[in-house]
Amino acid sequence: MPTSKPDAYQEFIKGLWRDNPVFAQVLGMCPMLAVTNSAVNALAMGGATFFVLVASSFLVSSLKRWIPKQVRISTYVIIIATFVTVIDYSLQALLPAIHKELGAFIPLIVVNCMILGRQESFASRHSIGLAVIDALGMAVGFLFALLALGSVREILGNGTWLGLDLFGPNFEPWVIMVLPPGGFLTLGLLLLLFSWLAERRQKLAERLAEMEVEGT
Amino acid sequence: MNALLWIFISALLVNNFVLSYFLGLCPFLGVSGRLETAFRLGLATLFVMLITALCSWLLNTYVLIHAPYLRIISFIVVIASTVQFIEMVIKRVSPGLFRALGIFLPLITTNCAILGLAIFATNKGYGLIEGLIYALGAGLGFTLALVLMAGLREETELAPVPRLLRGTALNLIIAGILSMAFMGFAGLFSAA
Repeated sequence: MPTSKPDAYQEFIKGLWRDNPVFAQVLGMCPMLAVTNSAVNALAMGGATFFVLVASSFLVSSLKRWIPKQVRISTYVIIIATFVTVIDYSLQALLPAIHKELGAFIPLIVVNCMILGRQESFASRHSIGLAVIDALGMAVGFLFALLALGSVREILGNGTWLGLDLFGPNFEPWVIMVLPPGGFLTLGLLLLLFSWLAERRQKLAERLAEMEVEGT
Repeated sequence: MNALLWIFISALLVNNFVLSYFLGLCPFLGVSGRLETAFRLGLATLFVMLITALCSWLLNTYVLIHAPYLRIISFIVVIASTVQFIEMVIKRVSPGLFRALGIFLPLITTNCAILGLAIFATNKGYGLIEGLIYALGAGLGFTLALVLMAGLREETELAPVPRLLRGTALNLIIAGILSMAFMGFAGLFSAA
């Protein structure tokens, strides 16, 4: 990792891949598997989570001086629940079709462990700017993971992507992919891919270090 | 009577909270390492679910008709305080049980299955009895999934699995196969 880059950039970029909330930390899966049977749903869920995470990180970070330590978790939960209510009602008003599709899973963003985790481990200890940047990174990482999962499931299970027909009329869809088992299987395989890539990078770094030692 | 039975069977098997709604995945993947603990956590969750069903019915009937926009906030606050309260009661009444449940009780607060139960029951417009039966089915279904998963995981401990696959990836694939098996129960409804 180059240390010369500014701190804020690091905080943003870590959520995208290295500490990706889904692939690296395996958090926030409860609401994500249920709604990722198509790329559009995944985008909507990712967008809603994005809003809630960034807004609560901002509020928690700006209020951190006044939140008593003993009741901090309950305070965070209430702040998160407030923003979830906001997004729930906004979606209902603006995008009723999507709200119907996601249904009961929007309120469940409240118990997304990833959001509470960021408040406890980051937003409550850092300045407002850093907290928002960290939340942005994590939220984009989460959105990316949701979109990856939703795309794989929609393409294989329905032959479409974001509603566009990809394979023509002769494609036989893998119905299992849009059903619950497909969610588990796809996420399992994506995690496998992630850990394979992580290991490969680590081996590469080790080999580079060895070569440097030999060179000097 | 028949309708109540269907609510129960549906929550227990056909629409199993873990395997078809993906609720409560964190404890499902985190605490299913050993059969014994999995069973205890399942029962503790069942207990909290029953109480949540009662509380959410009370809230829905007496409070939320006046202020529906408070639904999410009031549910989560009630669940968190109920769990805290139950923890204190169990500690006083039966220290043995309290020790056995240990860390699991507070963790139940962030279990999405609990909030999910309250919200689903509200969306479906269940009354008190129906809500309680639904909670019973969902809680037992959660326990069943957890215990099955723990049993399978204990087996894979000894199996020659590729190193990269070990851990969450393997558990998710096992869960996928388990979920496929549970899909077979969907036929129960069309048969009736």
